[in-house]
Amino acid sequence: MSTETPAPGPIVRPYGDTTGDGMVQVSFTLPLPHDKRAEGAALQLAAKMGMSPALLVHAKAMGPHFTFFVVYGSVTHLVDVRDVQVVEREFPLLGSAEVNQAIRSRLGRKLVVVGACIGTDAHTVGIDAILNIKGFAGEKGLEYYREMKVVNLGAQVLVPDLVASAREVGADAVLVSQVVTQKDAHIHNTTTMSAAFREAFPAGEVPLLVVGGPRFEEGSAATLGVDRVFGRGTTPGEVASYLVHELVTPRTAPEPRGEQR
Amino acid sequence: MSSRRPALLDLDPAVVRRARTLARKAGKPVVDLARAHTTVSVERATLRLAGLSGADHDGTPWVNHLVDAVRDGVGLEHGVTTPVWDALRRGEAPDLLTLAQKASSGSASFRLPEKRDLTTSRKAARSAVAKGIRTVDAQRRARERMVAKVGDAPRTPWIYLIVATGDIHEDIPQAQAAAREGADVIAVIRSTGQSLLDFVPEGATREGYAGTYATQENFRLMRAALDETSRELGRYVRLTNYASGLCMPEIAALAGLERLDMMLNDSMYGILFRDINPIRTFVDQRFSRQVHARAGIIINTGEDNYLTTADAVEAAHTVTVSQLLNEYFAKEAGLEDWQLGLGHAFEINPEVPDSFRLELAHALLARQLFPDAPLKWMPPTKHMTGDVFRGYLLDGFFNLVGAMTGQGILLVGMMTEAVVTPWLSDRDLALQNVRYVMDAAGGLTEDFHPPRDGLIQTRARQVLGESVDLLETIVADTDTAGDPPLLAAIADGTFGAMKRPPTKGKGLDGVVVKADGYDNPATALLEEGATR
Repeated sequence: MSTETPAPGPIVRPYGDTTGDGMVQVSFTLPLPHDKRAEGAALQLAAKMGMSPALLVHAKAMGPHFTFFVVYGSVTHLVDVRDVQVVEREFPLLGSAEVNQAIRSRLGRKLVVVGACIGTDAHTVGIDAILNIKGFAGEKGLEYYREMKVVNLGAQVLVPDLVASAREVGADAVLVSQVVTQKDAHIHNTTTMSAAFREAFPAGEVPLLVVGGPRFEEGSAATLGVDRVFGRGTTPGEVASYLVHELVTPRTAPEPRGEQR
Repeated sequence: MSSRRPALLDLDPAVVRRARTLARKAGKPVVDLARAHTTVSVERATLRLAGLSGADHDGTPWVNHLVDAVRDGVGLEHGVTTPVWDALRRGEAPDLLTLAQKASSGSASFRLPEKRDLTTSRKAARSAVAKGIRTVDAQRRARERMVAKVGDAPRTPWIYLIVATGDIHEDIPQAQAAAREGADVIAVIRSTGQSLLDFVPEGATREGYAGTYATQENFRLMRAALDETSRELGRYVRLTNYASGLCMPEIAALAGLERLDMMLNDSMYGILFRDINPIRTFVDQRFSRQVHARAGIIINTGEDNYLTTADAVEAAHTVTVSQLLNEYFAKEAGLEDWQLGLGHAFEINPEVPDSFRLELAHALLARQLFPDAPLKWMPPTKHMTGDVFRGYLLDGFFNLVGAMTGQGILLVGMMTEAVVTPWLSDRDLALQNVRYVMDAAGGLTEDFHPPRDGLIQTRARQVLGESVDLLETIVADTDTAGDPPLLAAIADGTFGAMKRPPTKGKGLDGVVVKADGYDNPATALLEEGATR
């Protein structure tokens, strides 16, 4: 950061082209035929959203019963960055050598990871980025880690098959990727999966359940019934570091699949 | 399709011929394998053509009950129809439905008739199934009449829009609205997981999940609604659904009976992406394609899916290979060029230098290799990041490739891909995008001629060369069981890096080796082109 730029905040407003102008743009559709009244309604909504003054820059009929609007305006709200809460990464980032070293010395066997896309999701791009040797963002995938045994089941795996595979190979962790989010398919699939695992394994022996995908909310792990959620842009190294943190790093209970959860 | 000038890509005709020869060489043993087997779904589809429909109070269709009962009684090696019509002749039940109901409670007995009984049963079965085939023929003629009367889509590419609410009664007004906004083709996406159901749900459904169940009644309702809209708009609006998954043959039969116009139907998609047993898929696929051929349905193949899992540059040749295989299997099943909506997609990472030129090269290659097929051009999904503004630009470039390379069917890209299911405004903006590009640049097919040995021509030739290499590898593949080379290749992960051995996968228990006396009147009528 250059020395001339003052530290941001703690009170900020949106930035259009001038500090403090508060400019935002929104677009929405109202279930009204396009006429003067509809435009007035759009401005009323903008005002209630805190946009003052609001400028209706575009209105277009979408068939006989709907109108689409684009509105620009300055919002009256202020944002206090001191009130923002962020989920900080709870584990240290390790290099691949450190990951292998930690597993070898502390676990004394290979760490077994099973990955899959579940439901009808055919987008294996996420799970492949994390698991395939090719990796993502310049980092090699988990298959590259000598001390990990990776089983990638691919796309559209049924939950019972995933549970069976995890049991068969003695999975320490199960990684599930969900890209398709139509009608919250990703959430539904994830809760189904976590419920199935908790039913199939005795308490304390459930593998570490990890989901990833671009539309998961940070901090939603508990509601989804999983141990960790990874969002957009997650790299294989982060996942590997997390797995080591959860499964290998000694805690009060020594057994990695023990009662830590 | 229109007047083609020579050497748009300057492909070596000998290499193109070699590619097709190899595709035939890879496909032929699989066709032989398909001919040697039947499946529960093929047998159920045959009963559906003979007019058996409906389900018990638990929703299990009567065709499932009857096929299961025959299988338990005498096996399916001889086909379901011979024992069924023999049972009807012996007075086990007065009609097919009652027989299925009695069979479901175990109170009908089946046997394999011999001699005269055999001949008469077969004749009766053929006559019953022929009625269904004639309905399919009548629906094809009805489509042709209607297109002639109300008019066809005004231009190509046909604009293809997806509807997916889960509730057929919500889908209908949305589909009609989409047609009024400019869609030439409406696709009703199926409910999540339907492809793995080993039965076709029954009736009008309102509870689909991220899509609407494919049922005969839903097909009928939607087609009737689009007929109404077609008359209103003065152009025939086509309806699409999915003949894929474990019930591919049955859904194809229902599509033919209810006059659907296009069906998603890929030769290997189910194997690779849904882990359906390879033999089950190839058997089901051949039957469904024979039905589609007869019904005048355009199939859409699923090559876009390869690119959702693999890199679109590195894996470009796998798309071409799949197109060639799909073409071989389609033609073997009786489909004509105009029925081959071979798929491909705009999925190259936009950060790759010259990505647009590479897309053009790939799209032109498909266009040149399959000059008389409509080709289905699929929008970007993998590199739609949630930045809707950038996504809108990417969709514009996708449309431009479609315009410049004369694609037949254009699936409209949504800037909110991977964000939300399309909003009303998303669809309107997307159609504006398509219309602008088509109006502004649709004529570029006349002007656009890539320079000799430039990047586009060179790249297209490279992809074709890689395709031939891959096909050579496939036909040389072997496994210890002595399976056809294509099955061995699928088993060792040649496609999409997914390993799918012929001894595994869903639906394998529904595959039956045909006995010498196997009879299926539907297959016979379809292969003979007969009506009685």
